Amino acid sequence: MVKLVMTEEETMLADMARGFLDGAAPVGKLREMRDAGMTHDAALWKEMADMGWAGVLVPEAAGGSDMGFAAANVIAREMGKTLAVSPFLSTAVIAATALRQVSDTRATAALAKIASGDVTYALAVDESVKFDPDAVQMQAKRDGNGFRLSGKKQFVVDGSLADRVLVLARTDNGLTLFDIPADRAGVSREASSMIDARDAARITFENVEATGEDVLGAVDSAMDVLKPALNAGQAALAAEMTGLSAGAFGMTVDYLKERKQFGVEIGRFQALQHRAAHLWCEIEVTSSAILNAGRMLDEEPDNAEMAVSLAKARATNTAILAVQEGVQMHGGIGMTDAFDMGFYMKRARVGAEWLGDYSYHAEVVAKHRGF
Amino acid sequence: MTMTAGSTESPTESFRAELRGWLEENCPEEMRDGGLTEDAICWGGKDWVFTSEAQELWLKRCAAKGYTVPTWPVEYGGAGLSREQEKVFDEEMARINARSPLESFGIWMLGPALLHFGTHEQKLHYLPPVARGEVRWCQGYSEPGAGSDLANVQTKGEDKGDHWLVNGQKIWTSYADKADWIFALIRTDKDAPKHKGISFLLCSMEQAGVETRPIKMISGVSPFCETFFTDAVIPKEQIVGEENKGWDVAKYLLTHEREMISGGGAGLSGGGRALGAVLADTMDVLDANTRADAMRCEVDALAIGLTLERYKDQSEAGQGAGDASAMLKYMGTELNKQRHELMMNAGGSDALEWDGPLGNRAGDWLRTKANSIEGGTSEVMLSIVSRRVLGLPG
Ligand SMILES: Cc1cc2nc3c(=O)[nH]c(=O)nc-3n(C[C@H](O)[C@H](O)[C@H](O)COP(=O)(O)OP(=O)(O)OC[C@H]3O[C@@H](n4cnc5c(N)ncnc54)[C@H](O)[C@@H]3O)c2cc1C
Ligand SMILES: Cc1cc2nc3c(=O)[nH]c(=O)nc-3n(C[C@H](O)[C@H](O)[C@H](O)COP(=O)(O)OP(=O)(O)OC[C@H]3O[C@@H](n4cnc5c(N)ncnc54)[C@H](O)[C@@H]3O)c2cc1C
Repeated sequence: MVKLVMTEEETMLADMARGFLDGAAPVGKLREMRDAGMTHDAALWKEMADMGWAGVLVPEAAGGSDMGFAAANVIAREMGKTLAVSPFLSTAVIAATALRQVSDTRATAALAKIASGDVTYALAVDESVKFDPDAVQMQAKRDGNGFRLSGKKQFVVDGSLADRVLVLARTDNGLTLFDIPADRAGVSREASSMIDARDAARITFENVEATGEDVLGAVDSAMDVLKPALNAGQAALAAEMTGLSAGAFGMTVDYLKERKQFGVEIGRFQALQHRAAHLWCEIEVTSSAILNAGRMLDEEPDNAEMAVSLAKARATNTAILAVQEGVQMHGGIGMTDAFDMGFYMKRARVGAEWLGDYSYHAEVVAKHRGF
Repeated sequence: MTMTAGSTESPTESFRAELRGWLEENCPEEMRDGGLTEDAICWGGKDWVFTSEAQELWLKRCAAKGYTVPTWPVEYGGAGLSREQEKVFDEEMARINARSPLESFGIWMLGPALLHFGTHEQKLHYLPPVARGEVRWCQGYSEPGAGSDLANVQTKGEDKGDHWLVNGQKIWTSYADKADWIFALIRTDKDAPKHKGISFLLCSMEQAGVETRPIKMISGVSPFCETFFTDAVIPKEQIVGEENKGWDVAKYLLTHEREMISGGGAGLSGGGRALGAVLADTMDVLDANTRADAMRCEVDALAIGLTLERYKDQSEAGQGAGDASAMLKYMGTELNKQRHELMMNAGGSDALEWDGPLGNRAGDWLRTKANSIEGGTSEVMLSIVSRRVLGLPG
């Protein structure tokens, strides 16, 4: 029985994050990076690490701030409002959660490096245009005491610059998750030119050597480690997309109050008022699903799957609506590159696909609901 | 989804254990079918005819424990449950698929308004009979010329010293012909600006000069009426709140009405059955389109249900929920209409017969069309959000 209110700590965390991001990562920062052809800002990530964000899910013993999943969602949501560029989801949420499922000294050391901002990760699962971990075909063939990895991954978010890659591959009796350095022999990375101006890559593995040491968790049992990490990543991505929706919506409502046509503010036209009000309702409802997902991950992680998929499904539809309405209600200016709304639209589309689209997550919900 | 099976020692959990035991012993078997149809509802009131012995027993047992209105204070007929305990109560009732023992406008609307605006004497006088299901209330807000523009009510009350003499007409008064009492918006100052001349008055339906005439609805039944006041006497003590400040009471009551309508028929809160499962009752294999639509409705229903819970949690935590009721009402009722369209779809031609193989499915479907009208239309809800939440001009 989770409680669906923001705690005082969470509200403070959100305010603090907002203050920092408005200064260090407003939408203009994404524009600058895009214009300069940059997809990662190491100095910015270091600052985030110093505030405890990189270690948000790392135990205190390993130098983390260990604030939990709901807190990670709070940070992600604030990042989404201004489209802050960082490896937060890939590294601080997904990789940290995966590593946390493993309690050896190597994992603890890796977590410490995540918390200090000294290492970044990417998760390589997709092999086709849709997210579907069960369909992974990439092979990790037994070779002496180790494995040889061969295959191709695409849409590896943060993949062209990450220091390490978590790769999902098929072994004799199931799926296995490998944690390997991105510069290992046989790994070749090709940065994708993404619509959202963020980092993603196509990665080819050619007979890449992996030892037992490189296996995260147990052989043939990737999901023990990966499933919690996916849940956490999907929830945080949903939170980011809801922040994105709120950001796009805020700009739109401001514009309705400002722009005059026919001698009055366009916000006086009921046709627009009702559409804006409808969008607000959708964002409110989605926010409940986000809060619930964070609470479930913190309090009942084994039962969190449906809550997470509900959050990602809702967040996806809401974000798509928010950016469409955002462009439409801005008229011609909404279509210009010089105006920020286009950045929201493009990030929303990428977020919609990453880690499972609407249909993928609605199916999960339906299965839990028995149909 | 928000359920914990654990048996920790917390006070909430010991309440759960106690409640579970009580329900096991006291909830009659026949009352454990979820009670999803209109005829399963127990409305109570002086003239209520119980549909079964079990229905009567279930009401009496719940009323004795305060479980018809679990969160009301004990002295007014409730069980005084905290928000935490209320969640447990809802979960445990849903777990055994128990019917609600009593539904009424007294519980949903008048009760919250009296608890907030009434005097202690009024609460003691009016609330316990509501909780016991002995007095049934109806709502006299709308008039032929005052629908969305509710503050335009014209039914007038002339000040006659110790009473008001009331004349005028209400319309769409649900169950006015079955109710024992009515709460009504009456214009007591015709010279004041329209929001400032209204009083919130209580009147017995047996009062001389009060008459009702049923109106037939598209679903074939006559749940609502015209209500006429002709020189009806309403004693001065039967006012809630101050004279000419009835609009405040009216609005407060509406927020409760809207929350109720938003969650009501939709089965949105935790225990509701999945739409896909309901559809599967009549469709062996859901076709791809129906299933996709059902999935979308289910995703939305769960998220709206969580939003209802979130606002309750927030208001308990003292975080203002603002005009959440308008949002919930809009989202919940629009969804409910879609759900019933799907149920008609899944039922195919069987659903097209009155009292056919699927019972009253068509009647229920038609009834849901009113959800986005009654208690304030969807358009009015969006205008409220636009003005009060978004601060848009006009
Ligand atoms: C790709 C592109 C190509 C174009 N090519 C040409 C061209 O070749 N020649 C040319 O002359 N123009 C061109 N235009 C301009 C286009 O016609 C205008 O953008 C359009 O008429 C809208 O005007 P606006 O941008 O000023 O938006 P606004 O009029 O400011 O509208 C903003 C929002 O308010 C809404 N709105 C405005 N008034 C009302 C109302 N009374 N009731 C309800 N809603 C209202 C609009 O629907 C919109 O959603 C082009 C625009 C684009 C995007
Ligand atoms: C089944 C049912 C039960 C009811 N039970 C009760 C009851 O028990 N007691 C009671 O007092 N009332 C009851 N009502 C009445 C209900 O509250 C009114 O029907 C409702 O408030 C709408 O008023 P109206 O019917 O006069 O429609 P109107 O106000 O005439 O509206 C007609 C249409 O115009 C739209 N509209 C009106 N104003 C605006 C605006 N400013 N902007 C945009 N669109 C607008 C509306 O949204 C609607 O679509 C019930 C109604 C129904 C259908």
